[in-house]
Amino acid sequence: MSVDTKTVRKIARLARIGIKDEELEPMAKELNTILHFVEQLDAIDTRDVAPMTSAVEAKLPQRADVVTDGECAQDIVKNAPDHLDTFFTVPKVVE
Amino acid sequence: MAGLTDLTLAQARDGLLAKDFSATDLVKAHVEAVEAARALNAFIVETPQRALADAAASDARIAKGEARPLEGIPLGIKDLFCTKDVQTTAASNILKGFTPVYESSVTANLWRDGATMLGKLNLDEFAMGSSNETSAFGPVVNPWRRKGSDVKLVPGGSSGGSAAAVSAGLCLGATGTDTGGSIRQPAAFTGIVGLKPTYGRCSRWGIVAFASSLDQAGPMARTVRDTAILMRSMAGHDPKDSTSIDRPVPDYEKALGQSIKGMRVGIPKEYRLSGMSDEIEALWSQGIAWLKEAGAEIVEVSLPYTKDALPAYYIVAPAEASSNLARYDGVRFGQRVAGRDITELYEKTRAEGFGAEVRRRILIGTYVLSAGYYDAYYLKAQKVRALIAQDFATAFGKVDALLTPATPSAAFAMGEKSDDPIAMYLNDVFTVTVNLAGLPGLAVPAGLDAQGLPLGLQLIGRAFEEETLLKLGDVIEKAAGFTAKPQQWWRA
Repeated sequence: MSVDTKTVRKIARLARIGIKDEELEPMAKELNTILHFVEQLDAIDTRDVAPMTSAVEAKLPQRADVVTDGECAQDIVKNAPDHLDTFFTVPKVVE
Repeated sequence: MAGLTDLTLAQARDGLLAKDFSATDLVKAHVEAVEAARALNAFIVETPQRALADAAASDARIAKGEARPLEGIPLGIKDLFCTKDVQTTAASNILKGFTPVYESSVTANLWRDGATMLGKLNLDEFAMGSSNETSAFGPVVNPWRRKGSDVKLVPGGSSGGSAAAVSAGLCLGATGTDTGGSIRQPAAFTGIVGLKPTYGRCSRWGIVAFASSLDQAGPMARTVRDTAILMRSMAGHDPKDSTSIDRPVPDYEKALGQSIKGMRVGIPKEYRLSGMSDEIEALWSQGIAWLKEAGAEIVEVSLPYTKDALPAYYIVAPAEASSNLARYDGVRFGQRVAGRDITELYEKTRAEGFGAEVRRRILIGTYVLSAGYYDAYYLKAQKVRALIAQDFATAFGKVDALLTPATPSAAFAMGEKSDDPIAMYLNDVFTVTVNLAGLPGLAVPAGLDAQGLPLGLQLIGRAFEEETLLKLGDVIEKAAGFTAKPQQWWRA
């Protein structure tokens, strides 16, 4: 499988990464190099193999459903590029 | 006090307790070394005041006989670990200025045990790279040079700043993280020891995430003993990381010096690559001979899916990265580039904030997870991953550990591989299998090549058998008698 410039534009949109027209062709080429590299996996018969879902067999632990922190809204907005009091701000999203 | 930067971590610890010198002396010597080595570009942020304040506190504790296991030991921290009130960037423009209000669990463990921080160490952007050339803060320079040459070499990556700083004697040890070889490959390129622990042995909480099912923090130091000492403090269960494993942390140092008589060490025949250099081949044979002499039994084993590990990795890691890096949106933290609407704000922020390699991996990851392709790529890769893990399980039915080269070559020159992603990815051919299977791997320096550059061997073990690796690594270290250090050309 390989990607064309139309597909690159689509996945860049899905990933919310702006891409200029002149970057589409070189990016398609780079992605195809990698996709071609991973194609060798197609030759492996994996019909009866269950996908690996965790690196080390372990039961996911459960914890008590209780509040363990909070009252730190100022901390949470501290690194925001723009905020009003304890609210993050963005350009208007509703017309 | 230049002599204090030549000590191993264990010697420094013992010297502090014997009051041969103070923690303040030790930190001052390292702060001076860090300042004199800025040409290496190993540090993104230096924190000398903090180190000196901590050293004063450590001196007080030592005087009172209340020294903790790492009391007064100055360390470098890879800038992927969140450190409270100290800028944490993952070497990306998108996180420039980010100052966490919390501390990663692994670094918190180190401070709990009395260590202090000299600063935050450079790395490949978001730990994506094998040469430390993708950092937004510029590349790190390997302290090592080829004989009679001043060509700048890469220190490996992604933990390149950590490797360079430890190798150059700027700190007694450092933290690294390893997703596909990011501790072991730079350790091998700089002649130091690096341990990638079993997945779940160290908490990932507070470490900037790259590929969550592969990422693992681990120690980097100049000797196997120093690595064992750091490992004991870094490891441990953390309720804040649901994948961290709740089992006791051994005293890893006690594993050193034990006999390896009768242990079975496997040599995976698939690691003998066609076109492998004679020097790597010779180093590997030498390693086998050392372990044999120490009483180990050498067994040839087969790991048939070895060649499929890198392709599987380059599906799984970008897929998980594309998901993890979705959080950098210019809204809650990090840099923002304004746009007419919210979508343009996201797109501009991420186009400008991420470097080329990170953008490439996010796009590949987004593609392999997108509708219609998930089964063909991600699911397929996760199945291949199961086969790779099965290979190891079969081998570990016959042997206690595996011995392989750590890297296919010695350190290469800057710019040599940066135009060809696949050539760069091949650096991790011996290390990446271990991450996919979640196993521990140790890189140990074992010799120099004809150009005078360090080469390393890798030991791979069963899950949670880091002690076995350290025990074998100690034997290799002693047999190799690796004492070479880089010339301090940066002081000239």
